[in-house]
Amino acid sequence: MASQPALEVHDLTVAYHKKPVLWGIDFAVPAGKLVGIVGPNGAGKSTLIKGILGLVPVSSGWVKVYGEPYAKSKHRVGYVPQRESVDWDFPVTVMDVVLMGRYGRLGLLRRPGKADREVARACLEQVKMLPFANRQIANLSGGQQQRVFLARALAQESDLYLMDEPFAGVDAATERAIVTLLRELQERGKSVIVVIHDLQAAREYFDSLLLLNMRVVAYGPTETVFTPELLQKTYGGRLTIMAQVAEAVAAKK
Amino acid sequence: MNRSRQTMAWAVAGLLVAVTAHAARIGDLTETTVVEQVRRFFEFRDASLLYGLVGSMLLGISCGLLGSFIVVRRLALMGDALSHAVLPGVALGFLWTMTKNPVAIFVGAILAGLLGSLAISVIKQTTKLKEDTALGLVLASFFAVGICLLTMIQRLPTGQKSGLDKFLFGQAAAIGQADLVLMGVVTAVVIGAVIVCYKEFLITSFDHDFALASGFPAQVIHYALMLLLTFSIVIALQAVGVVLVSAMLITPAAAAYLLTDRLHRMLLLAAAFGMLAGAAGAFLSFLGSNLPTGPFMVLSASTVCALAFLFSPRHGVIVRWWRQRSRSARMERENTLKAIYQVLETRQEQQGRAGPVLDFATTGVSVLEIAERRREPLEEAALRCADLARHRLVSRDQETIYLTPDGLLRACEVVRNHRLWELFLTNEAHFASDHVHDDAEKIEHVLGQEIVAQLEQRLQFPRLDPHGRPIPSAHDLAQVGGAPVRAEASEGYGRRR
Repeated sequence: MASQPALEVHDLTVAYHKKPVLWGIDFAVPAGKLVGIVGPNGAGKSTLIKGILGLVPVSSGWVKVYGEPYAKSKHRVGYVPQRESVDWDFPVTVMDVVLMGRYGRLGLLRRPGKADREVARACLEQVKMLPFANRQIANLSGGQQQRVFLARALAQESDLYLMDEPFAGVDAATERAIVTLLRELQERGKSVIVVIHDLQAAREYFDSLLLLNMRVVAYGPTETVFTPELLQKTYGGRLTIMAQVAEAVAAKK
Repeated sequence: MNRSRQTMAWAVAGLLVAVTAHAARIGDLTETTVVEQVRRFFEFRDASLLYGLVGSMLLGISCGLLGSFIVVRRLALMGDALSHAVLPGVALGFLWTMTKNPVAIFVGAILAGLLGSLAISVIKQTTKLKEDTALGLVLASFFAVGICLLTMIQRLPTGQKSGLDKFLFGQAAAIGQADLVLMGVVTAVVIGAVIVCYKEFLITSFDHDFALASGFPAQVIHYALMLLLTFSIVIALQAVGVVLVSAMLITPAAAAYLLTDRLHRMLLLAAAFGMLAGAAGAFLSFLGSNLPTGPFMVLSASTVCALAFLFSPRHGVIVRWWRQRSRSARMERENTLKAIYQVLETRQEQQGRAGPVLDFATTGVSVLEIAERRREPLEEAALRCADLARHRLVSRDQETIYLTPDGLLRACEVVRNHRLWELFLTNEAHFASDHVHDDAEKIEHVLGQEIVAQLEQRLQFPRLDPHGRPIPSAHDLAQVGGAPVRAEASEGYGRRR
């Protein structure tokens, strides 16, 4: 068990409308690790998360979760999408949203019961949002919305979490709360992979970093990969050739 | 013809005002026929009337339920496109059996609807045209084909009596027993599906990606929903008409959306509004000697929506206007309190006493002084004082105004907010001291206790504002109020709870 990596991605390639945005991604995350994914805009950070989760069509490669193909172990993976991906005027309360975290375990047609409500309540408490349980989600600040999404992911009771920019546009208190939460998850042996924009935060909070720019530039312990050369390689202009090739592939189809 | 126009006017009046209230008062010839018609309606003398009414209510329920989902999924235009796209199917269904067989028409319409939605996705995926354009294209061309086919059928020997013309603007009275059975079945299926798959519809509507990642077949659920939507459009066609059926999807759901923040309540409300609009439409159309039903249904639904827009307890225009009004009234009261405070403060300075003053309750101010301080006519100042007295913030002894403990506390709070904010702007945000007053005038009314406490801490508990005037401290406030400081200053005394 312990030897199985929480997540193993092998030669994952993703293309939008035939235009490759990620090329042959390889990496493995051991259980109990906090991994940050960093890279410039358009590097494919969110696409990598979505590719792993099967939310975008993958042209090649495979994903294993705790040694099993992803399709078989979906319930062990929790997901925090970008906050902007949903309509916050939607007529649901905070509690309703967190309960959605239980839906995957319930499967088709079963309704959430008392036990699920208890779990949801505990998860809200963990992100200090319990007093807001009956609020409509439109009346929340950006940071509070992010906490609701985190609570929903916690309610999934997964072993591996994928989070897409949870630090984007949140207040300092929420940022601290998220970091505390990440550490707690790690202590409980969970693995968390976080897309992060802010390099300073990435360096400060994560054991390992994945430097991404259409392909894996570097992956390893933060202290070894957070170097000027590698960052320059990730953010610098040298990779434009790859983007040009992608354009050419798209045009040729 | 003239009579029917008059009755139509009556029907419209009945929609906007209450029918009974008027019928009792005005005594002309039309009145008797209207009353007669109303009596006939409620006696249900002919079965077709009952069919029409029940059918209209059923379609209202299914349209309300599915309409709610398309409104929250931002697919409102899809409903419009689908409802127009089914028209050729209706005509072909008729040509197939050469009778108005509900099942044949149902099957034809569903197929046309599916073809229409297929065309929309093909256009979207293979061209650079966007969804709204694709919808418009398909809507118009399918509708045109439908109109051509309908005109052809009208020219056939049996066509005249086919009753297919009713599909354009709707006629509840045309609903027959067989139609009603079909409507019942579809409505039951829709209600059943919404109850059984509520969780699935909710999660895929709110967060498509999360639903997929949680293992729900979001795409299948989406198509199931679209299929149910087409079903309820088709059963609504005969009574509402192709042209307006999308309004029966959107309007009750929109009204419900304005009234509630929970999806299940929205579904119930939308179904109820749809049912109500259906019944009202059938009734009013009957009063007008079987005028088209569709417009009346839609008008009824729109009336409900307009009422929701105006009177919704949380988002209604009236409520918002009222809230805005009481907020500005509160600001005015606070400004007057501040003026009184400043008058007393100046007086105290002239007496050579420094520091924030807390024994104001015993000293009075004249209305004239307040008027001078606020630079406004005496009468206006007197009115403001009367308002303060009504809220027990001051007491009056003839022309002299005394702050009550509540009034003094509130005055201190406002002055404190104002001066702290000014100081913050000058010291921390580095504004010039002549730039800060106007801003503070607005901010002082909205700062909550918590923010003020933070400000004070950041400024290291200052005693004086940028203009050298003393800032009342939290300690001063506690002394004045003699009670723990309130949680949120902006929710202070009286009005807003």
